[in-house]
Amino acid sequence: MHMIYEYWLAAVSGVPSGRKRQLRELAGNAEAAYYMEEKELRASGLLKEREIQAFLLAKKNPFREEYERMKKQEIHFVPYFAGEYPKRLCCIQNPPYAIYVKGALPEEGKVSAAIVGARKCTPYGEQMSLAYGEAFARAGVQVISGMARGIDGAGQRGALNGGGKSFGILGCGADICYPREHFGLYMDLQQSGGIISEQLPGTKPFPGFFPARNRIISALSDVVLVMEAREKSGSLITADMALEQGKDVYALPGPATSPLSQGCHHLIREGAGILVSPEVLLEEMSLCSEKVGQIINKNEKMLETTENLVYSCLDFTPRGVNGLSERTGLPARKVLELLISLELKGMVKEISKNYYIRT
Amino acid sequence: MSFSTVMSAAIDGLHVEPVHVEADISNGLPMIHMVGYLSSEVKEASERVKTAIHNSGVQIPAKKIIINLAPATVRKRGASFDFPIALSMLAALGEIPGKKLEGTMVIGELSLDGSLREVPGVLPIVAEARNLGCTRCILPQGNASEGALADGIEVFGAETLGQAVGFLKGETQLPCAERSCGGAGRTCREDEVDFGDIQGQDAVKRAVEVAVAGGHNILLIGPPGSGKSMVARRIPTILPKPSYEESLEITRIYSVLGMVDKENPLMKERPFRSVHHTVTRAALTGGGLIPSPGEISLAHGGVLFLDELAEFKKQVLEVLRQPLEERKIRINRARGGYEFPADFMLVAAMNPCPCGNYPDLSKCSCTPWQIQQYLAHISQPLLDRIDICIETPKVGFADIRQKDAGGASAYIRKRVEAARLVQRERLAGSRARWNALLGVKETERFCRLGREEELLMKQAFAALGLTARTYHKILKVARTIADLDGEADISGAHLKEAIGYRTADKKYWRR
Repeated sequence: MHMIYEYWLAAVSGVPSGRKRQLRELAGNAEAAYYMEEKELRASGLLKEREIQAFLLAKKNPFREEYERMKKQEIHFVPYFAGEYPKRLCCIQNPPYAIYVKGALPEEGKVSAAIVGARKCTPYGEQMSLAYGEAFARAGVQVISGMARGIDGAGQRGALNGGGKSFGILGCGADICYPREHFGLYMDLQQSGGIISEQLPGTKPFPGFFPARNRIISALSDVVLVMEAREKSGSLITADMALEQGKDVYALPGPATSPLSQGCHHLIREGAGILVSPEVLLEEMSLCSEKVGQIINKNEKMLETTENLVYSCLDFTPRGVNGLSERTGLPARKVLELLISLELKGMVKEISKNYYIRT
Repeated sequence: MSFSTVMSAAIDGLHVEPVHVEADISNGLPMIHMVGYLSSEVKEASERVKTAIHNSGVQIPAKKIIINLAPATVRKRGASFDFPIALSMLAALGEIPGKKLEGTMVIGELSLDGSLREVPGVLPIVAEARNLGCTRCILPQGNASEGALADGIEVFGAETLGQAVGFLKGETQLPCAERSCGGAGRTCREDEVDFGDIQGQDAVKRAVEVAVAGGHNILLIGPPGSGKSMVARRIPTILPKPSYEESLEITRIYSVLGMVDKENPLMKERPFRSVHHTVTRAALTGGGLIPSPGEISLAHGGVLFLDELAEFKKQVLEVLRQPLEERKIRINRARGGYEFPADFMLVAAMNPCPCGNYPDLSKCSCTPWQIQQYLAHISQPLLDRIDICIETPKVGFADIRQKDAGGASAYIRKRVEAARLVQRERLAGSRARWNALLGVKETERFCRLGREEELLMKQAFAALGLTARTYHKILKVARTIADLDGEADISGAHLKEAIGYRTADKKYWRR
């Protein structure tokens, strides 16, 4: 197979990937497709006039140089007809003509799960994503997500913390780290897992690419977990696509009042699975796991009475010093002192100035 | 006698420059000619003086009159030379015995009818006059009580030019102004405010008390309507009362800018300057072609309050760095440098995000990027100069109902003054006057930790990602908390509270 011509075909812009596939099948291979002349293209009857022009124009592209550059950037090019092209991706309605990979591709034999949700999430959503990511990793499940801020990043970070593999599906070129603050995650994912994109290397993030990216996330996963989503959210698009592709969708329940759980509750009403705990989920997925450990209650034995009093008032909703002082009846300075003790013990975390949550 | 000289003074920045006003009358073309590097308002004085003398019943003969304001190298501005020019001319005309003007400092503006108007900068000029060897001052009546604040010099207030002339001739008496220490004194606040007005917000009140006790700069972070400005506005009520010398120092600055009260000139309360975020650099630090003091000097000895800190222009905030370190500001011009005092406590307030509701995600509508950009307005060097950072939560119903007797300003001030006394005794002979000003060496000397506390800090260093800088800040704040508690040694509880007040580091800032 002439990869370079496959790359050329993949890089032709303005032609849907389905059309490209048909053309390649007609021509026999990508090289033959490259050498098809205008007459032949027209005679095939597959393409519209505009698309024929796009093909002819694309022949003038410096695709050989681009291909070399891509090799140098260690971006692995995987076209649809290659043997390593993910099976899970083949069978969706509109599979990408090619994907670009930094790192590895998800293993075919292993179960994979997507953890998706709001970029601006609550500490609750973040902590739960971390916990599920970690539990998946322990059970040998690969975690697929979009490497976005908030839930996505947290789920993937959790998987890495658990020593598992995770794959970031980007809405830009695989050589671009978006969002920038996830550069650490971007590098780590290449080590244990991979970065996958259907966009050409060097493509800047563009809002229109993200729904398309979401279809790949759901396609590569066997189950999709929606951790937190607003009423109208991109995560719900991922869930819809997962349903279309016949995947199981689970949603994490939250407080009825939280706008960030409305999307999840909506999914549950529509029949999505409820995330009770990682163990229950893994059991349902018929994957046995070791005891992951409770998420909510850490060992409280080592705490002093007053520390425990403050600790018991905390959960995953940020609480300020004043509110805690009122609830415990302790003076503010004492509460602050106890919070710092707890923070030093690693039991609580300051997420905004003087706002604390459990870790 | 056809020549006379009168002592007066010009103000350059905050510095007083003695000026001799000389008049000479000789035969020649009838004219009044003024020389001596004068700005236009001083040149205009000749018309005012001529008319005022005329209206006081003295005829100016048709002679050549030369007025010289010496030294000729100092630029003279303002209307305060009218009065000395008039007296100098009258002395040259022989209306007043020239001897009587010796050792007399004269300043004031003249009206056309001969009455005297108030001028700014009286207090520093009178104080300087004493140093120059003058024994008495004649001022406009409206400035007399301000002038009387200076020691060791007689101050006479005159309503009109005629009164002053009569006094100098020995015909009439002028009242000698007495220092008035009675009355409420001038306060910067229109209405009486008190910390007792603030319900709930215990954590904030406590943090403010610690900040004031040690002179630490403080940053309040909270949603709109959480009472950040309300708290800040009450800080002067718990600052230790200024001593007479401090009051004078503050009054001098206000005097130069013409901002003192006629009746009660002495500033008995520490100033509170609230600066809007549209402020320019020059307005904040002082400036102009001939620099005059800015907001940070007006806040000298008191509080500079910057509300909506993140809305200030970055360049404006950055100029605060040097004065916060050196407690004064130096402004350089081609003609020379000016130094203004700027020893203030910085109180800043800001929202946690552009909409103000973070971390309450049910209300906050900002993207993480927006929040980050918002916080990035405040540079690390400025954050480094802020020792205490506290969150002001939204006031709930329970808070409104709650009453707290120990929270009244008078009680807090008592505790603060006690803590300051401890610091003064400990720091006697050292450069720093209170804990916030401790240098690295002094911090190590005065903030010794026991073994257990040392261990705690070691643990905190690793767990919370402290830096050397935050480490020292925590020690200083812990020292202040211990002083408030009246304890000689810093305990673990003090340290933990201080850690709770630590300012966000860049890492946290980015979340």
